[in-house]
This record gives sequence, C-alpha cells and structure tokens, in this order.
Amino acid sequence: MLIKLLGVLIVILGFAFKLDSILIIVLAMIVTALTGGLGVNGLLETLGQSFVANRSMGIFIVTLLVVGTLERNGLRESAARLIAKVKSATAGKVISAYAVMRVIFAAFNVSFGGVAGFVRPVIMPMALGAIKAKGLEPDPDHAEAIKGFAAGSENVTWFFGQVLFVGGSGALLVQSTLKNLGYETNLVDLAAVEIPVAIFATVVYIIYTLINDRQMMKKYYGGGQVSASEKPETPKVEA
Amino acid sequence: MINFFFSDPKITIAAKLLEVLFFLMGFVCFFTGVKNLTDKGNKSSLGTGVFWIALSIVLAFGRWIPNLINGILVLIMTLPAVLRQVKPGQSKPVDPAYSEAWSKKLNMTIFIPALSIGTFALIFALFTKLGALVGIGFGVIVAIVTLMLMNHDNKLPTFFNDARRMLDIVGPLSMLPMLLASLGAIFTKAGVGEVIAHYVGMIIPQGNINIGIVVFAIAMPLFTIVMGNAFAAITVITVGIGAPFVLALGANPTIIGMLALTCGYCGTLCTPMAANFNIVPVALLDMKDRFGVIKRQWIPALFILAFQIGYMLLFK
Repeated sequence: MLIKLLGVLIVILGFAFKLDSILIIVLAMIVTALTGGLGVNGLLETLGQSFVANRSMGIFIVTLLVVGTLERNGLRESAARLIAKVKSATAGKVISAYAVMRVIFAAFNVSFGGVAGFVRPVIMPMALGAIKAKGLEPDPDHAEAIKGFAAGSENVTWFFGQVLFVGGSGALLVQSTLKNLGYETNLVDLAAVEIPVAIFATVVYIIYTLINDRQMMKKYYGGGQVSASEKPETPKVEA
Repeated sequence: MINFFFSDPKITIAAKLLEVLFFLMGFVCFFTGVKNLTDKGNKSSLGTGVFWIALSIVLAFGRWIPNLINGILVLIMTLPAVLRQVKPGQSKPVDPAYSEAWSKKLNMTIFIPALSIGTFALIFALFTKLGALVGIGFGVIVAIVTLMLMNHDNKLPTFFNDARRMLDIVGPLSMLPMLLASLGAIFTKAGVGEVIAHYVGMIIPQGNINIGIVVFAIAMPLFTIVMGNAFAAITVITVGIGAPFVLALGANPTIIGMLALTCGYCGTLCTPMAANFNIVPVALLDMKDRFGVIKRQWIPALFILAFQIGYMLLFK
C-alpha cells in the first residue's frame, strides 16, 4: 500500500532537488502506474485521455498570437507612460500605484514584461526619483528595500490578479483536478470566489509597503518631510 | 470522422468551436515546429521540431486519435524535452526604437487590443453558451484585427512569427499544466488519494470539516514551499487531503478547490525554490541580499493565508 506513494515522493523530492520538471512528472507517472496496477497500457491510455481532455490548459498558446505583437507595437512603452502620470510624493506610493495597475491588468491576463522588462527600467527610476525629488540622496539600504517591495508587489498582484482572469491556467488546473474527483465547477465561479482574496492581497501589500517606507523615510532621512519650500535655495550639484 | 463531427447536429456549437480553437492552437505549435526544423540557427532543430509537431498533432487532432496513440505521442514529446533538445531558434528581436515610435502614435489605444481577450472571455462566459475559452479565442481574433487596422505593418505572418518567438521562450514547459493534470488523473486511477487519506487519517480526525479545511489550507503552502510550485502541489494535496477530509464532507468544491490553489501561492511567496519569482529578481535588480524579495513577502503572505482560511471556514 505504501508503495503507491512512491510517485508522490518522486514529485516532492524531484521538485525540491530542482530536477527537470517534465522528467519528474513522467517518472512519477510511470512509477505510479506500475505500482498502482495500471500497467503500461493503462498508463498510456490514461495519459492520452487526460492530456487531450485538458488541452484547454494550452489556451495561453492562442493568446501568444497577440502578446508578442502587442509588445512590438509599444504596449510596454504605453504602460510606462500610463504609470508615469502618477505623480507620487514617495517611493512607497509609486509602488502602490503600480500594484493597483498591475492587479487590474493581471485580471485581463496582461503583463508588461516582468522585473526585467518593466520594474527595473520603469518602476525603480520612478521610485528612486521620488526620493531625489525631495532633495535627498537615496540611502543604499532604503534603495535595497524599495527594490524588494517593487519585486514583491509585482509577484503578489500577479499571483492574485491572474486568478481573476476567466480561463487562466490556475483555475483550469483546479477544474480538472476536481473533475477527476467527480466535482463539476465552472470557470466564472472559480474566478469570482477569488475577487475578495485579490482585493485583500493587494490592499495588504500596499499597506505593508507604505508603513515600511514611511518608517524608513524617518530612519534614514530624519522624517524626510522636506517640502519644496523648505529646500535650500542653492541648487544641489549632483556628483 | 472530422467531417462527421462538424456536421453532427447533436454536438453543440460550443463544442465545435472549441475544436476549431484547438486547431488554431495546434497550428501555432505546428508553425513553431516547422520554423525551428528549418532554422539553421537552432542547434537542436530536430528535437525542437519533433517536440512542437508532436504537441501540435495531439492538440489539433487528439479528439479523433485513440487514447493509446495520444499517450505514446505525449511520451515522444517528453523525450527531447527531458534531453534538453528543445531550444529557442533565431527570431528577429523587436527593435525598441520601433516599439517606442508606435507607442507614441497609438498611445493608450494599444490597451484596446490588450484588454480585448479578457473582456471577451468574461462576456462569452456570462452571456453566451459558448464559454470562456471560445471567448478567449474570439478576443484574440478581435485583437489581431484591431492591431492590423491600427498599424498596417501588422500582417498575418507578423502574429505567427511573434507567437513563435514567445512560444520558443516558454519552451517545453508549455506542456507542463497538461502533464500535471494527467499526473493527477493517474494518481486518482491508481488510488493514491486513498492511501494518503489513510495515513493522514491516523493523525487528524476524519469527519471534522473545519479541521480538514485548516490542514488542507496549511498543507498547500507547506508543500509549495518544498516543491517551489503550487501547480504541482495542488494535484497531490487535493487528491490526498482536500477530497477525503473536506470535499467528501460536503464542502463547496468551487471555494475550497480554488482557494487551496491561492493558499499555495502564499507558499510560493515564501520559498527560494520558486526562483523565477523570488531569486531571479534579486539578480535583475542588483540586490545585495539573496532573500531580499522573500523578506518583503512573507509577512503579507501570512496575512493573506489567514484571510483565506477564514474565508473557507465561513463560506464552505
């Protein structure tokens, strides 16, 4: 009886030891089919049947027909201009504005190029620029934290926003897992139950970012509330 | 056989359109396969071609192929994938100056085609009997037509070449969700769920739905932390814990099943195993601390997990 769990063990250890994902799954399938008494034919039949039944999970392949060409036609640059309209006083607010924008677009399955394509070239200069606009030089520890929060908001809003997209791969996998167990669900309901979670996750992350950013402003710049009128008259020469 | 399917009045239009969508999906893969086979710049052109073409056959014609043959085809496509013989070919990268120029011309109107896919998915799911997936397909067609009208450089081959470029980047992992779902099916057939349930049942009492929910909701992130992948965790944990200890007691499968996945995402936020999300950005942003991203995620992740457990307990 315990031997039936060998496949599960292979999955857990395989992923934990960073083996090739496809290799792990194929191995686990073969071992489970053999220890579970399905045999070679049973394995191939179940694999073929299930793979075909779950072709809808490949729906993202169809959406790629548009994703690459959108990028070619300047989607990322336009998104950068959209977020630049947010005139924010602090780095925390820049990141919060990005979190709101990203969770909304994630619900439509639209991304702007991830950390490499968007956070690094667009969000980070805006966030650091907000500090410099107060006449302050960003403290290295503050800058490091800002980077962490920018990447964190990128992840949190994508994870919990994308589940709102009707037909996203997460919901499709849940639907098929439940179907194997004899429970029927539909994609709109699966997306709808995530609405409160997406809102909560986004709000929590924004509050967490803003509280930390405010504390760091006090810690590194002694309050950091230098308003434009209090700025020294002499222009600061940047090294 | 195919002819018969499309002319059969007993089969719904939704089912027929879905098969049309699978033809398109298969064609994108077939196009990627042929392009790579004939790509002299791809050192693994054979393996890459075999992978995408085998995938395209199962996607487009799987319905009419015996399951045994489909299973063999799936195993065939995993071979070049495991042997690391599926590689991106040479495609022309996008010229940033070109994108910038068109972004200036199109400005915010570019969001119309960008948002059309999600919009039509929702409209089709809510107001038609065709379903969300056919809506996605329709949204893709609307986006293609819109982009062609906005910029006459966008011809039909542009979309397929760009799709090939993107699909090349995703690589063999594009079959992962389908493969994981199949693993789940094999687990179920082999009775893995009953075995796990038997052992878990020795530790936690069966028949108490609230305890079941809490264990399920915490097991998901824990396994995700170890495995680094919530998709892999959900197939195992739903079969082993979710079904026998929660769903079998009459809980709402939509709420429990779906929130279990996002409970798993809370684990993704806390683990270096999910390197793409938590470690790669450290390098991309030149951070000093390897755990710099995780340190800004684990506290919110705990709050989000607690919220979801409360949600499941209240609305089960």
